[in-house]
Amino acid sequence: MDAVYLLFILLLSIFVGFELIQKVPATLHTPLMSGANAISGITVVGALALAGSDTMGEYAAYLGAFAVFLATINVVGGYLVTDRMLAMFKKKQ
Amino acid sequence: MIETTTTDLIINFSYVLAAALFIFGLKLLGHPSSARKGNFLSAVAMLIAIVVTMFDNNIVSFQIIAIAMLAGSILGVFAARMVAMTAMPEMVSLLNGIGGLASLFVAWATVAGTSDYGVFTMVVTFLALLIGGVTFSGSLIAWAKLSERITGRSVTFSGQVVFNSVLVLVIIFAAYLFVAQPAMVAGINIDFNVVLYTAMALALLFGIMLVLPIGGADMPVVISLLNSYSGLAACAAGFALHNNILIVAGSLVGASGIILTNIMCKAMNRSLSNVLFSGFMPATKTDMVIEGEVKPLSADDAYYVLEAAQSVVVIPGYGMAVAQAQHAMKELQQLLEENGAEVAYAIHPVAGRMPGHMNVLLAEADVSYEQLFEMDEINKRIQNFDVAMVIGANDVVNPAAREMKGSPIYGMPVINADLAKNVFVLKRGMASGFAGIDNPLFFKPNCRMIFGDAKETLGSMIRQFSD
Repeated sequence: MDAVYLLFILLLSIFVGFELIQKVPATLHTPLMSGANAISGITVVGALALAGSDTMGEYAAYLGAFAVFLATINVVGGYLVTDRMLAMFKKKQ
Repeated sequence: MIETTTTDLIINFSYVLAAALFIFGLKLLGHPSSARKGNFLSAVAMLIAIVVTMFDNNIVSFQIIAIAMLAGSILGVFAARMVAMTAMPEMVSLLNGIGGLASLFVAWATVAGTSDYGVFTMVVTFLALLIGGVTFSGSLIAWAKLSERITGRSVTFSGQVVFNSVLVLVIIFAAYLFVAQPAMVAGINIDFNVVLYTAMALALLFGIMLVLPIGGADMPVVISLLNSYSGLAACAAGFALHNNILIVAGSLVGASGIILTNIMCKAMNRSLSNVLFSGFMPATKTDMVIEGEVKPLSADDAYYVLEAAQSVVVIPGYGMAVAQAQHAMKELQQLLEENGAEVAYAIHPVAGRMPGHMNVLLAEADVSYEQLFEMDEINKRIQNFDVAMVIGANDVVNPAAREMKGSPIYGMPVINADLAKNVFVLKRGMASGFAGIDNPLFFKPNCRMIFGDAKETLGSMIRQFSD
């Protein structure tokens, strides 16, 4: 039953994603990509539980910590570079 | 399952809030004026998700987490500050790859302690491993191609199709061994770790084989697709960990990448499978001969036409990024506007090396986004423009797409630059575009070629205006 519930969430968020992103104009496609990239760094949340846990073993904790490191690059780098780009999009003075 | 505690409830409620903020952030990304706020909301959502996760009762040691996050943040800040706007496609590919690798490591860590899970968890863990690995190695190849560390052309070798087909079959077999407990081959019990490492190696190899045969001009499609994969990998990791926020955020990214992939494919009038596998097909040849001659023009002479022009449309391509000519173009634009001319920019969806590449470069040069027009808008009124200036673009203005049946790009939507009253093509030489197709535009009677570095050409036009 758990799997079905997770699939429900997947299905609904894919639909929401399609609806939202179709409305993004071509001008913003590059920031959209780097912004989406930052969002995919959400893996960090999963990695945190693995890195900090003492039930999974030391080996798993180190692998999790490396995942935290990688995903943090994604999150921090992604959001900052997107912000840097979006700050340049200006209206005519 | 662990019993639901108050902390778990708080964490999950916060995840709902984070999901809502991610969605609202993406909604605000729908317009240039609100996009920055949208990105900020999305970042706040991420911060909430990270902070509440720290309260998870299962997390006991924070030292290693702090070190990992600090190191990652430093690298992230450094990368985001240092990258040049022209290098955005490389940056995005690298970030895609890192995201994929993170998901691979999450999947690896999930099964590192114990692989004693149900079939469903093992299937999704394998998917996270596979998609993460493909995203990582595929993005690295894409990055190497974009930064010209390896050839940008399609790389093929004989037997590649057979090799890839065998590879897919082996991956499916590895998936079976991964999920089946215990893994048995011909009666021999195989250690789970052997299966795990083999699966990772296969995933990495598959990513390399997927991107190698794709040529430089198709990079916008590949980057979009890998972007989508990085989201799907996070999604699969979310299934493996039974974590809702990973599934929601991952599928939002997955959907975004798929939409962009689709837009890019449509803009080239090709199907996704054609883009992915066309490297294997023999190049189509046309025996059609383009008649007419190429008429060169000096930048100084071009100035007289520009000075008299009432309206100018600029059509940039990857060559503008290479020549770093966007700032010079903005300067010329101001001079033209002071001279009373209307200046518009026409952006083809696949101009450059990633979706929206040209828009970012022009934004960097302070060109207002209200002056950037999409292909369809500009094509309706292109015949009214006195001058069309093509800067470092080739295939996206190729009239063969309209007139030459049998041309490899026949049917691709292009900007009809040849219909403007005068066409100036700023180009280094007569080399064909990435697609390797001759461009009949250069032979049209209303077209003049201005050879040389685009930045220098624009510079001498600017000097003429100032004199």
